[in-house]
Amino acid sequence: MKVLILGISGGIARRLALRLRDSGHQVAGIDVRPWRDGPKDIQVHPVDVRKRAAEDVFRRWKPDAVVHMATVTAFTVPGGERGRINLDGTKAVFDHCAAHGVKQVLFVGRHTFYGAAPDSPLYHSEDEPPRALEAIPELADLVAADLYAATALWRLPDITTAVLRLVYTLGTPGTGTLANLIRGRRVPMVLGYDPLFHVLQEEDVVTALQLALEKRVRGIFNVAGPSPVPLSVIIKGTGRTPVPLPSPLLSLLMGRAGFPRLSVGATDHLRYPIVVDNKRFLAATGFQATYDEGRILRAYADSLPVGPGHD
Amino acid sequence: MGYAGPPCKAHARCYGAPVPQSESLSARVERLELPFNEYGVDPYGISKKHLKLALEFFAFLYRNYFRVRCTGVQHIPKKGRGMLVGNHSGGVAVDGMMVLTSTMLEMDPPRLAQGMVERFIHKFPVASLWASRTGQFTGLPEHAVRLLEDDRLLMIFPEGARGTAKLYTERYSLVDFGTGFIRLALQTRSPVIPFAFLGGGAAIPTVTNAYALGKLLGVPYVPLTPYLLPLPLPVGLEIHYGEPLLFEGTGDEEDHVIEGYVNQVKDSITRLIEEHRAERNLRRTRRLLP
Repeated sequence: MKVLILGISGGIARRLALRLRDSGHQVAGIDVRPWRDGPKDIQVHPVDVRKRAAEDVFRRWKPDAVVHMATVTAFTVPGGERGRINLDGTKAVFDHCAAHGVKQVLFVGRHTFYGAAPDSPLYHSEDEPPRALEAIPELADLVAADLYAATALWRLPDITTAVLRLVYTLGTPGTGTLANLIRGRRVPMVLGYDPLFHVLQEEDVVTALQLALEKRVRGIFNVAGPSPVPLSVIIKGTGRTPVPLPSPLLSLLMGRAGFPRLSVGATDHLRYPIVVDNKRFLAATGFQATYDEGRILRAYADSLPVGPGHD
Repeated sequence: MGYAGPPCKAHARCYGAPVPQSESLSARVERLELPFNEYGVDPYGISKKHLKLALEFFAFLYRNYFRVRCTGVQHIPKKGRGMLVGNHSGGVAVDGMMVLTSTMLEMDPPRLAQGMVERFIHKFPVASLWASRTGQFTGLPEHAVRLLEDDRLLMIFPEGARGTAKLYTERYSLVDFGTGFIRLALQTRSPVIPFAFLGGGAAIPTVTNAYALGKLLGVPYVPLTPYLLPLPLPVGLEIHYGEPLLFEGTGDEEDHVIEGYVNQVKDSITRLIEEHRAERNLRRTRRLLP
């Protein structure tokens, strides 16, 4: 199968590219960021997915499947440009796929779209509407991109579309929202709360994506690994120290005094859990996570230890 | 098996299944048949550490402060799904706490009763944390179905917040029941174990409810007692479990069918209240008039 990975220079996307290549697929990628020391047999096109040059890649290379991982968060790209990348980029991807005979598309989204609220169900199913918009405006464009991708299920019936909502990734070398939150020696928590966090190791993320591709799943799927664990367990299990702070003080200290930077609405994620029900994905693919909670946390602690000098 | 004479010294003050009091509370938590992981947390976030600490406090109240008298625990399934459905009373959730404690202390093996709590609980720091860690989740149908399908023991007060709003003079009455719990029981084929909770209205003798103050604080109301604060008095409490009720159906029945089932549960609870209220009055009379 010829697989085109959009956003191929990201940590997970690189691993996926190598795994797919090793499994006998032809792989190429599009990313404005370089993949330094990338393998020669995986061609990376340094173009913006919204530009004409990206469509040329679709026209000339004629991929069978596309994995869309070219979305950005509030941490990597601020402001209106983020919306243009996430929403206009996603529209362009589906337009190119429809125009150039792509048979299968995987949209890689996030479980945070369900939103964190005191009265929401603990386990979110795929049938629930994404409610993150109400509390976290920074996620609005990503939620819109997810919903737009989902419309392809009926709008483009000839394309096998899967919208995957992945839980937090935690692994080596430690990229992603949760990994950034717990990178320092002291990790902030909201005083009086300790929400459950759902984590999946990077290698298992890659396995899940590969299975979704090879099993040609269609629909919206939550992708999760082992059972969720409280944030305090994650912090202590990775060798960090939890620092519970009253919510207003936490908002003041974010990005200062050695604490990580968080988006405005993200403190809700430190109060209330967002946990997903992944039964549908397990039934469709037979996916089994190889890393349990303990192994995930220990692997992160081993790869990113904190010593007296770290902050 | 009912009350079989006075409790012996080697056992807890238990009138249903005799449970050795020598077993530590920590050991009882360890014996819970919940899928705890290596961090002592189950897939719902219930934590052994928090359960042990909560049980230490609740067991003190249960045994020494409220001197809870409990009968009929043999009616609660030792394994598998079940819904404990009872009357609400007492202004604050003393009844929920004591029912949870009764299934932990009186049952062998112990079981954790998981309450379907009011939505406002999880808005508050600390309360949200402790409710979650001890398995008390917001009363949403999604939670109830999932927990029952996982063969958990649910604790439901179908009177809702209106039940705890009863004044002292209304302490043994029942307000209207919701019907959702019966549809859930039918849908998940779960037995309903009715129970009567006695003494809550005397422990927190509500003379009025301050609704405006409650709105300010983000709760439905604040119960006011003759001594103002809704702090419970050391009144003897009683929990009496009745025989399980199993209803046939799918949960999609017409309202009048569901209401018939609801009335059966309500009648069972009323009978348990009246029967044990009479015994309670008799015991009180004997104590006052030796």
